[in-house]
Amino acid sequence: MSSKRPQPYFSRSQVTLVRGLWMVVTAILAVMTLFPLLWMVSIAFKPPAESFSSNLIPQAPTLDNFIHVLTGVPFIRYMVNSFLVSATVTIVALFFHTMAGYALARLRFPGREVLFLSIFSTFLVSLPVIIVPLFVIVKAMGMLNSYVGLIIPAIFNAFGIFLLRQYYLSLPKEIEEAARIDGAGYWRIYWSVILPLSRPIMSALAILFFLANWNSFLWPLTITSDPNLWVVQLGIANFKSQYSASWNYMMAASTIVAIPTLILFVIFQRQIMDSLKTSGLK
Amino acid sequence: MTTIAETAARRRHAGRTRLSAKHREWIAGYLFVLPDALGLLVFLGVPMALSLVLSVFEVNGFGGYSFVGAKNYLRMWNDPLFWKGARVTALYAIMLVPLLYVCGLGLALLVQRTDRFNAVMRSMFFAPHMVSLVVVALVWQFMVVDKIGVISRLTAALDIGGFSFLGDPNFALITIVLVSVWFLMGFYMLIFLGGLQDIPRQYYEAAMIDGAGAIARFWFITLPLLKPTSFFVVMVSMVAAVAGAQAFDIIYVMTKGGPANATSVLIVYIYQQAFGFGAFGYAAAMASILVVALMLVTAVFFALTRGGRFNHEQ
Repeated sequence: MSSKRPQPYFSRSQVTLVRGLWMVVTAILAVMTLFPLLWMVSIAFKPPAESFSSNLIPQAPTLDNFIHVLTGVPFIRYMVNSFLVSATVTIVALFFHTMAGYALARLRFPGREVLFLSIFSTFLVSLPVIIVPLFVIVKAMGMLNSYVGLIIPAIFNAFGIFLLRQYYLSLPKEIEEAARIDGAGYWRIYWSVILPLSRPIMSALAILFFLANWNSFLWPLTITSDPNLWVVQLGIANFKSQYSASWNYMMAASTIVAIPTLILFVIFQRQIMDSLKTSGLK
Repeated sequence: MTTIAETAARRRHAGRTRLSAKHREWIAGYLFVLPDALGLLVFLGVPMALSLVLSVFEVNGFGGYSFVGAKNYLRMWNDPLFWKGARVTALYAIMLVPLLYVCGLGLALLVQRTDRFNAVMRSMFFAPHMVSLVVVALVWQFMVVDKIGVISRLTAALDIGGFSFLGDPNFALITIVLVSVWFLMGFYMLIFLGGLQDIPRQYYEAAMIDGAGAIARFWFITLPLLKPTSFFVVMVSMVAAVAGAQAFDIIYVMTKGGPANATSVLIVYIYQQAFGFGAFGYAAAMASILVVALMLVTAVFFALTRGGRFNHEQ
């Protein structure tokens, strides 16, 4: 009887050994991947004289760099700007995209397919490619150097609509029918049936939108020259030109800019990774 | 009498509501789509079209427009820096796409097993993707500073030094590619993990009973069944390399296209022509080429994925 079972190639101890080696290799690669970020934090805590020493743990850790950066440059203001812009874009985009996704997936009206195809056709068009005409339009609308200019053009993208439509296509028909028999109109169905059902995909998209906007650089760079409107990415890029040789200050500033998203990541790791994993393909 | 009137009224009413129910659905549909459709039209559709319009004008940043016909396109044809930009863009894509494929898939295979250890490792590989590209560019610039940066000293100690990572035209683009890979590989690892999960375990079990080794299993099961994922990854990473904001951010912050235009990909060159020299028309002409190319890629994408469905049937 036992002779019919496939013979394992390795003994149990060999399997454990291979697995152990595998884990060691993985761990080494992972630490190497993280090294630049660890190095950034390490320099941020080192006094200038120690900036280029090769030890990862600072010998005389200091908070001076952070204090200098936070008192010399209005990073708090930049962060508040970034937060306001990212949060507004996220909320408005989710609202509009769920509406559009619902209609494109569940309502029947002439031209729906053409509309969806037109939206899908902008799927791969990225900001750098249309930045010149977009700048001309936003300028003509008088939105240069304003929060409105930072927020409104960032709201619209085909990606979110596409994902939500796919999600709504997969919901069973009966859900709506029950609501319709109770006399609910389309808005009512959208608001009290569809939206509550989309909570998982909405939280995934919320994370994606917020991160993308928190980290966005090109658009703010192009349309804001007023330092009061600078978002945090512009603040740090400009900091670079001011302090190009003071690496200890630059790494402290970089740490300040990177920390919010890294903290977000530590808290929401699973959700972020799951949302990205499914958003790519499904 | 009243009953006849009532039924007539009810029938009329019912008829009207049935007809208007359809129209109500139409109107609701249009109203629900309206905000996004309008926004996409104004901030994506119109710019795409306007790109073509601007490309036949000479425009200066202060609003002077004059029609010049094909002049911008002729200028492009005769501009060595445009061709340099096209070459650098192609080189960047040719290096980035396969490297991302290999690193993404390699990492995914490395941490494929679902256990707590691998969950932690996945997060570590993904962490760079959470940092903004401006910070990424700064940190890497710091590590490769000539002679004193930690990586410069490491390469010098290993006796492969002597060159400047960002100052040498032969190495600057490679450096940018490596930084891009570091930033993006965690994301592609996740995409590949999603693809690997969809391969039924039975296939592997059957192959193992037939005596297939790890390499055979990878070659004859994993790779063929990963085809949809691979297609998605290659397509998306290629578009990102040619037109992505990610490439722009890294290059703009690290080298601004230098040294000697060695890292001047088209999107950076276009930006500099427009916002550095105010040559909006010329920049629009170059961008139009990219818009047309992207539309073609999207059409291919749409056709091959049957309407943009990237799931793994068949």
